[in-house]
Amino acid sequence: MLEKTNVKVLEKVVVRFSGDSGDGMQLAGNIFSNISAGIGNQISTFPDYPAEVRAPQGTLSGVSGFQVSIGKGVYTPGDKADVLVSMNPAALKQNAKFLKPGGVAIVDIDCFKKSDLEKALFKTDDPYTEINLKAQVVEVPMTSMVKAALADSGMDLKSITKCKNMFALGLVCWLFDRPIESAINYLQNKFAKKPAIAEANAKVIRAGYDYGNNIHASVSTYRIETDDIRPGTYTDVNGNTATAWGLIMASEKSGLPLFLGSYPITPATDVLHELAKRKDLGVKACQMEDEIAGICSAIGASFAGNLAATSTSGPGIALKSEAMGLAVMAELPLVIIDVQRGGPSTGLPTKTEQTDLMQCLYGRNGESPLAVVAAASPTDCFDMAFEAARIAVEHMTPVILLTDGFIANGSSAWRIPENDEYPAIKPNFVKPEMLEQGWKPYMRNEETKVRYWAIPGTEGFMHRLGGLEKDSVTSAISTDPVNHEKMVAIRQEKVNNIAKNIPAQEIQGNPDADTLLIGWGGTYGHLYTAVQELNAAGKPVAFAHFRYINPLPANATEIIKKYKNVVVAELNNGQFADFLQAKHPMVEIKRINKVQGQPFLVQEIVEGLTKIMEEK
Amino acid sequence: MEENKQYTNADFKSDQYVRWCPGCGDHAILAVLHKAMAEVGVAPHMTAVISGIGCSSRLPYYMNTYGFHTIHGRGGAIASGFKTANPKMTVWQVCGDGDGLAIGGNHFIHEVRRNVDLNVLLLNNKIYGLTKGQYSPTSDRGFVCKSAPYGTTEDPFIPAELVFGARGTFFGRGIDVELKISQEVMVAAARHKGCSIVEMLQNCVIFNHGIHNFITDKENRADRTIHLVHGEKMIFGKDKNKGIVQDGFALKAVEIGKDGYTIDDVLVHDAHCQSNFLHQQLAMMDGHDLPLAIGVIRDVEAPVYNEEVEKQVAEVKAKKGFTCLRDMILSGDTWEVK
Repeated sequence: MLEKTNVKVLEKVVVRFSGDSGDGMQLAGNIFSNISAGIGNQISTFPDYPAEVRAPQGTLSGVSGFQVSIGKGVYTPGDKADVLVSMNPAALKQNAKFLKPGGVAIVDIDCFKKSDLEKALFKTDDPYTEINLKAQVVEVPMTSMVKAALADSGMDLKSITKCKNMFALGLVCWLFDRPIESAINYLQNKFAKKPAIAEANAKVIRAGYDYGNNIHASVSTYRIETDDIRPGTYTDVNGNTATAWGLIMASEKSGLPLFLGSYPITPATDVLHELAKRKDLGVKACQMEDEIAGICSAIGASFAGNLAATSTSGPGIALKSEAMGLAVMAELPLVIIDVQRGGPSTGLPTKTEQTDLMQCLYGRNGESPLAVVAAASPTDCFDMAFEAARIAVEHMTPVILLTDGFIANGSSAWRIPENDEYPAIKPNFVKPEMLEQGWKPYMRNEETKVRYWAIPGTEGFMHRLGGLEKDSVTSAISTDPVNHEKMVAIRQEKVNNIAKNIPAQEIQGNPDADTLLIGWGGTYGHLYTAVQELNAAGKPVAFAHFRYINPLPANATEIIKKYKNVVVAELNNGQFADFLQAKHPMVEIKRINKVQGQPFLVQEIVEGLTKIMEEK
Repeated sequence: MEENKQYTNADFKSDQYVRWCPGCGDHAILAVLHKAMAEVGVAPHMTAVISGIGCSSRLPYYMNTYGFHTIHGRGGAIASGFKTANPKMTVWQVCGDGDGLAIGGNHFIHEVRRNVDLNVLLLNNKIYGLTKGQYSPTSDRGFVCKSAPYGTTEDPFIPAELVFGARGTFFGRGIDVELKISQEVMVAAARHKGCSIVEMLQNCVIFNHGIHNFITDKENRADRTIHLVHGEKMIFGKDKNKGIVQDGFALKAVEIGKDGYTIDDVLVHDAHCQSNFLHQQLAMMDGHDLPLAIGVIRDVEAPVYNEEVEKQVAEVKAKKGFTCLRDMILSGDTWEVK
């Protein structure tokens, strides 16, 4: 790669920035992906944070990474990087495994002194050999170049070294022929109140870019293909922000004010952060005293007539389960967002998994059915948050939206929808004439089994709800055995009926194949890419990626029964596979599972499926 | 709060059969609440009553208002969300000493701290009734019951202390046998803007009968309680000849005209004093050396959570001027694809 100057044309490329958690790698990565999106690339990003806020500088536990894939046909942040930027030996050591063999590793050689190597627990003074690095290493004296660039700035040394990330960004921009002007514009906006900082960063980006130019004799540059993407106005959005925005869209489309009751928890907290900012759109986001208060305040808000939501991760779902049962019993609309992370217990807070599915489907006392949907990608979080709210409001039921740490923090370019692209959400409100017809609180639409919603403050419709079993019509407390069984059936039927109000399951890939790959939730990008690769390689695979989990789309069974080979790939020990197996005992459901706190690699799916297909 | 005098007690009564045990103090408290609501005059459809779990938490079923009988301990969190979401409603919360101070203790202190505009009735019978007789966080040390057959080995909460510890803006106390004073406290709680805590001493006839007898028995009640009224002298006793005076850093009960104490030495109650120092001293009086205080002990103004939320929403909306979500997103970093 490094022999001589040439320009390589690539469909897509993966770049990974790594450094100390204080080195500003997330910012450098974000700016790089935004510039790329701005010139028409598809983007997909994945930040990989340490659990510690600030581990000791230069140590292995303090390494923070940011991976971005740019180009055409980009559905994942990429399995492995073409280019890895490492600001210190610890970052290199932790991230070398994410670099393709023969890729380019750019290191700040100023930070590879003996003491730096020791902090990263290197035993020799040859770190590359010690970690068996099979890459072209480009050693750049970043720290000294930054110092030189800012020598006349009058800034102190600490502030100067903080600009190193922008030097790396400038260098990578040169490597991939990105326009640094948009990076400089971005920084001028970000540091509008600190023009000196903005100026220093701009200077350093240019220095990095020029440095690349000056050494160009020895490094190849790339031209990345752009995609034919749908015209419109785009922005870069991560899954948590998209989730928050989807709820706001649902609020606008239902005419119900939006209320969020929440409690901080990794990796879901950014939903709370975003909605807290959205007081400018009338959103009330309340940080409550604990997880239970988070959902309970939302249930109170729902009873009061708002579109109510609560956001959390797996441990929070455990704490909220009793209250979810109350929402099931009281038949109130509620959106519960579970941004899944590694478990059990505190588990792996900053890592991703799909291990909460069973908890969400069944983790409550009693027969307690509720709807479960799952978002497939960062931008799909918008659509599925909207869908979760639509189902909750139109069916008077709690709905769990499953996302995960990978799509919650990962981002993609997203076309900002026009307001008329989303349907009106129609709450099943009581009508004044119902009073004369002898309205009772548990009277319901006979077809859908959805009870009518009377908002407190409405004259004549005063009623009492509660967690005790209720008479199927009057909502008076009832311990009658037959009534209880009837209510259990009604609550189940109401949830089952949602299948009539959601889209049919789509098949992608080659629908005529013998093998069907099934996925759900945040693994979509990896599975889709694997399916494309397999079909391109003459190994036909059909692909059904589920976003509606409970109830399943009406045609799910028909699809599952149609294929000889049914394989579920998921980031757990087979929870969706078990769910489908229980519903389809005659079909042998095969499995590809991974529980490492990391997303799938496309390669793992390709290999796993190939193996299963060859076994048949 | 829209007040309107057209309502009677009957307007607030539901058609449900009241299932508390005969002789339970809750019956009297329910009747007083109906009266207090009629006196305050907020329409039944503008009123919500929210509870947790326990005997006292059955109360919403007996109200012809919007009502929600929720889950154990969570009434405070649910009521807080309800009020914040729909601030036009007048919200009452009913809890017991177990529901409110044990399993729901966290929500209790936080609703007080936030000063959400709720009227909270804390029915304190110092026992778990619905689960048939276990000690509660207000049971006295050494209390013998099914879950402490040799007596408890822990000290109780005094609800008022929690309220003052959380910088509560309203604390009042009533007794299930002092109906007029209880009504006065509930009405004041309803009119107070912010989180009003009303502790109602209540007798459980089945599992803790007579627990408040030291205070409530007719013989001694006048000497062991004092009805505090803002702006009035703190006088009590059968013969209205006793008063509360300040004695150094403490309070003291004295007989007027004895030991050199005159009526001028007797404190005048100031429920509106911002400092809660004396309010706390008054609320801690337990009927032994000093009479137990009933009536409105503290009633001060402070920023109200739900009002501050509304204010902030209005301010930020006006400042940013977005008409919809799309409008807001378009104001950020975007790019065009043609």
